[in-house]
Amino acid sequence: MTATAEKGRGRLAGMKERWAHLPKQVRWAGIAALIAFLYILPNRWFYEYLGFPIGSEYFAFYTTRSDFAGVLFDTAVFVLLAVGLNVVVGFAGLLDLGYFGFYALGAYTVALLTSPESRFGTEWPWLAAVPLAVMVTMVSGVILGGPTLRLRGDYLAIVTLGFAEMIRLYAARNEGILQGQRGIPAVPHPPGTGTDGKPLFGVVDAKPYYWLMLTLILIVILLVRNLANSRVGRAWVAVREDEDAAEIMGVPTFKYKLWAFAIGAAVAGLTGAVFAGKQTFINSDQFLLESSILVLAAVILGGAGNIKGAIVGGALTWYLPEWLRGVGDLVGVEFDAAEYRILVFGLVIIVMMIFRPQGLVPNRRRAAEFADRRKEVVPQETVPNE
Amino acid sequence: MNFDEFFGNFPALTITGLEQGAIYALVALGYTLVYGVLRLINFAHSEVFMVGTFTALWTWEALGYNQNSPSPAFGALLIALLAGLVVAALASAVTAVTVELVAYRPLRKRNAPPLAFLITAIGASFVLAESFGIGTSRAPFGMPNLIPQETLFTVFGAAVTNVQLIILGVTLVMMVGLDQFVNRSRLGRGIRAVAQDADTAALMGVNKNRVILLVFVLGGLMAGVAALLWNVRYGYTKFNVGFLIGLKAFAAAVLGGIGNLRGALLGGLLLGVAENYAAGLFGGDWKDFTGFVLLVVLLMFRPTGLLGESLGRARA
Repeated sequence: MTATAEKGRGRLAGMKERWAHLPKQVRWAGIAALIAFLYILPNRWFYEYLGFPIGSEYFAFYTTRSDFAGVLFDTAVFVLLAVGLNVVVGFAGLLDLGYFGFYALGAYTVALLTSPESRFGTEWPWLAAVPLAVMVTMVSGVILGGPTLRLRGDYLAIVTLGFAEMIRLYAARNEGILQGQRGIPAVPHPPGTGTDGKPLFGVVDAKPYYWLMLTLILIVILLVRNLANSRVGRAWVAVREDEDAAEIMGVPTFKYKLWAFAIGAAVAGLTGAVFAGKQTFINSDQFLLESSILVLAAVILGGAGNIKGAIVGGALTWYLPEWLRGVGDLVGVEFDAAEYRILVFGLVIIVMMIFRPQGLVPNRRRAAEFADRRKEVVPQETVPNE
Repeated sequence: MNFDEFFGNFPALTITGLEQGAIYALVALGYTLVYGVLRLINFAHSEVFMVGTFTALWTWEALGYNQNSPSPAFGALLIALLAGLVVAALASAVTAVTVELVAYRPLRKRNAPPLAFLITAIGASFVLAESFGIGTSRAPFGMPNLIPQETLFTVFGAAVTNVQLIILGVTLVMMVGLDQFVNRSRLGRGIRAVAQDADTAALMGVNKNRVILLVFVLGGLMAGVAALLWNVRYGYTKFNVGFLIGLKAFAAAVLGGIGNLRGALLGGLLLGVAENYAAGLFGGDWKDFTGFVLLVVLLMFRPTGLLGESLGRARA
């Protein structure tokens, strides 16, 4: 059993090495092909062309229970959230448990500014509201992080948890500006007209939203990757590994922690803004606190500190349960995987933290940190006759 | 701002606040004990409380009480309450210990970084809440009305009910008992020693793992008592009942100085009172926000809490 696992791991590592040794052009072409594949993924003709049978026995990627493009969009939302949270948890080592709070804040900002039903009455176009939503979430991240990031890291966890819960509680009040469960309807779609004269972003077809999200993910990944490889990224790693040492070496730790927190918040705000544009209707039921833990599980599962890991984790946590629902139909079992989602991923978090804290696709440096700490364990001799 | 409401009901708000604060204080003790020894926010503690509420309810159901049964006679009532208390406290303690053994101890063995503990804690919290959520179909459950509320006397025009007196009385007894235990007993000395300096304590022959287990047991027992009081007072439970209580209890623990037992009592009572004042001033909707706002303000100006931190230094 372990032998095969070792072998599999060896093969995987070998593939990785071979990939790294390929000429640069080939690697670029490979990545471009992968991206193109992701863009084609929701199109029906693509599967017909490949000769897959479409229908209930459709097994490969399709989710039979729900609209495939819709599932892909939700998965993309999750991936982007995971990439954003990865900056906070993975790079800077700060535990943000209220990540969904920022997501809700972004969505509500867009809804309030654009909807004719909101009490603001501004009725901005969607595109104008998005940058503002990102700014609002970023500023709220700074306001929230300011007092808490100066303290021990673990207070941040509880304050962010409280923050997300307060946002939800406020949103659930019916008489507040967020209008509780009645919510804010008639949020406009993103602009744009297709070649046939119809608006590009409609109600029925989720594909354009998926493509929009995919594009945003690519842009955010590019930005985050460059940040992580820059002076800022090195400061984050220093803070994560040993904050006191970093401070002594002259890294302004508070500043960089605040940066990480604010950038993470801004990414969540952006995601929320796009979500509002697709959904056109925002109410308090859409921002359950449990989702924060799902995003965290995605980052941990994939491998905190590694953007690839965050993508893999985000895709798995959302896509897998949806896909399993369809599989259950095939086997003839009524099994709602989404019902057990949080339970399962809660267990996944615990098990991963014990047995593979570096995640499925680990960041090399962070994996080494864990291994180092494990070596430092003082052998604990229990006193024999206490 | 509704000043008439606030000043008109000032005594009543204070008494309700004290009574609610007492429950927060009991839960806060669990956070404070674990934090004092392990420097870990045990997120799963809110679920330890939730398990207590459910097991007490099931005990009563097993004894043949349901929502519609009339309030029993004094002897039967006492038996029902004691049975509920014992079962809830034991179940909560067992839950807390299970979390420690399954989730935290393996991490300690591997010398995991603090972030790993926090992440595991939140995972454990959601696993517990969700398994109860799935098991109970996420429905709220009503309690048998064991003690009918009646007004015993009035203070400045505010009615004091028997249930409120019971809650305050039980909390004070538990609090004094725990304080004496930690400060005077041999086991309590072990707790204080590990809290002060774990390595040195181990060299002096204190079994660290046993102390940590003891701390989880004590926290669980307190949460179980709080759960019983909650059942008697509020008469319902749900799989996520622990979440908000846990958040507030943690705020209370930080308010009084986390790691400080007396601080937890002070913080709990203060938070309960502050919440009710806020509800009187701004309307009931804002009640749940008070704890969070207090927490953030406190962290800005006095992060060590009112009575200061450290379980090790908390002595008579």
